[in-house]
Amino acid sequence: MTDDNNPRSQTPASLPLGLARRGFSGTIQHLSAGQAGSALSDIELESRLIELGFVEGARVEILHEGIVGRDPIAVRVDNITVAVRRREAMAIIVA
Amino acid sequence: MEAPLLHLALVGTPNSGKTSLFNALTGSRQKVANYPGVTVERKEGFFVTPQGRQVSVVDLPGTYSLRGRSPDEEITRDFVLGKASGETMPDLVLCVADSTNLRLTIRLLLELKRTGRPLVLVLNMFDIATRRGITVDVARLAQELGVPVVTSIAVRKGGTADLLKLTDEISAQVPPQPQENTWRALSVSELRATQREADRIIADNVSLPSRPDTWTARIDSVVLHPVGGLIVLALILFVMFQAVFAWAKPLMEMLSGGFDALGAFVHATLPGGLLQSFLQNGVISGVGSVIVFLPQIIIIFLFILLLEDFGYMARAAFLMDRIMGGAGLHGRAFIPLLSSFACAIPGIMATRVIDNKRDRLTTILIAPLMTCSARIPVYTLIISAFIPDTEVWGFINLQGLVMFGLYAAGIVSALGVSFLIKFFMLRDYAPAPFMLELPDYKMPRPKSIAIGIYTRAKMFLQRAGTTIFSMMVLIWFLASFPQPPAGSTEPAIDFSLAAMIGKWLEPLLAPVGFNWQIAVALIPGMAAREVAVAALGTVYAIEGGKEAAEAIGQVLATKWSLATALSLLAWYIFAPQCASTLAVIKRETGSWTWMAATFTYMLVLAYLASLATYNIAVALGAG
Repeated sequence: MTDDNNPRSQTPASLPLGLARRGFSGTIQHLSAGQAGSALSDIELESRLIELGFVEGARVEILHEGIVGRDPIAVRVDNITVAVRRREAMAIIVA
Repeated sequence: MEAPLLHLALVGTPNSGKTSLFNALTGSRQKVANYPGVTVERKEGFFVTPQGRQVSVVDLPGTYSLRGRSPDEEITRDFVLGKASGETMPDLVLCVADSTNLRLTIRLLLELKRTGRPLVLVLNMFDIATRRGITVDVARLAQELGVPVVTSIAVRKGGTADLLKLTDEISAQVPPQPQENTWRALSVSELRATQREADRIIADNVSLPSRPDTWTARIDSVVLHPVGGLIVLALILFVMFQAVFAWAKPLMEMLSGGFDALGAFVHATLPGGLLQSFLQNGVISGVGSVIVFLPQIIIIFLFILLLEDFGYMARAAFLMDRIMGGAGLHGRAFIPLLSSFACAIPGIMATRVIDNKRDRLTTILIAPLMTCSARIPVYTLIISAFIPDTEVWGFINLQGLVMFGLYAAGIVSALGVSFLIKFFMLRDYAPAPFMLELPDYKMPRPKSIAIGIYTRAKMFLQRAGTTIFSMMVLIWFLASFPQPPAGSTEPAIDFSLAAMIGKWLEPLLAPVGFNWQIAVALIPGMAAREVAVAALGTVYAIEGGKEAAEAIGQVLATKWSLATALSLLAWYIFAPQCASTLAVIKRETGSWTWMAATFTYMLVLAYLASLATYNIAVALGAG
């Protein structure tokens, strides 16, 4: 909610990766850990995402979805595949 | 004068092929132990370089950074920094990279450089990278990174020759001036900057044809399909169960036959008396009753290691994550819980794949509730003696239905306990998000698998030789002393400490319908559940041998009420009747408290379940 004032997070074409469907392909705009509602602290979540290659400009594509609530998702990040839950993927803003 | 032992440390991200490089360097010259005070596995191996230098190499836990967010990762960080207690600071750190996926490792390497330790970047799996059309300007990469770079193909004979040569060159040099450690935990912006720097270096020195592994994509399209994937998983599990029960059976029968023969040999050779009884009943049948599980443990680990090396384990976790999440379990808990159907010991050992402490602990605590194979003899005995072999609703066998009910009760109660643990006990602990790399599939290497199985089997046998052995000696002692007075006609066990304990326990167990004979049988049953069957035989003074095993059911049917039998079944679903499982819990959690907690909660559940079962059965007229 608080991020509504953040001009970067609401550019028209951008959306959190956590809302995207299978087959979506795009580029990471920025990370916004506050939007994820993860059990991890914002800093910890952002660090972990960067460590798995989720940095600005990286190409992402959703390859697979789980059966319960289409969760978790398998995401191609450049040339590796990473499984994340949608909750954490909400922090990844893509376009 | 011989040069001192050269200390190497392997650091790398998960799935970098670090362990296969470790296996290639050291072969079977490996020592697996725990780091002091923590349950992180410490793997050290030894080899000799072509120039004859003795080298020790430690395979450190995989990590993406030096932040140390789990006990494993803290070990890696402290080890590299020379802060791990009782460890030598490594002379050389080998940073191992999967050559098809350099981004994350180059970032880790940039972080490692700040520690000031002598470094080498090993571009592992270079053959796969070449096949995919990835080219690396190795010399320029080394220059730009400021560290030596070698390529290696760990899984090929001679694939580590360059690395060995470089090790010799480095060890022959005058040791460089020790550099200062300027490492500190990176802030988010530094982390991001380091990743950008890594990406720039890769862009300058590596050409990526961006040709993804089509095999991995093709396999995943089936294996990760929401429905198809679960069917594949179920099939794999079916084969695994078949293997554990069916393939292991002849081997287990052979082993137990061997121990019986050995016992009979001792019986025939030695004069009757204490020494004969100690060797036959205490040592041979006791340790033997545990060692017979070796084939099952080997088969379980064969499957686990094969699936892990192939890259399937991460996929199974992906498929099961949300399904198990409802009960507060992590996706990665799936395989350890599965293994626990064979035996909780390998299951609890397999929880090492769960990196989060809370999730791992929950899994360890509930693993013993999975119906292990040692319960089968007890269930079979009681069911065949008390449950009529009839059909219900025309097509379901009642005995089979009861057996299924016992398995289901174990699973349901495990999920319930996990839910309660999540809800009450470990609430403050941040649940681990599920973030997991799904590595490209790789053909498992027989050598790696063989080494993995060998080290597990060795650990299991060592434990059987120490903990379990001492436990069996204790139980034999309790069941044998004091000796019956000369000329007594009653079974010897009636005069023993075990019988005294049994009679002392009887008032406690009377409300659940157990007599003192059951109480006595439960004591040796602590060593291993199925021992209770043999113990009941002894207590009811039946002659040993095969006939007794068949006859004991009839004896029980005349001596116990149906309510008592049902109560004992309920008891066995929950009771912590396995000293070796408790010992493993103690070792894996590194804490007596968690062992005691497991013992207590299982005992309480067992008592309440039996109490309810007995009283309901009596009320329904089965008393």
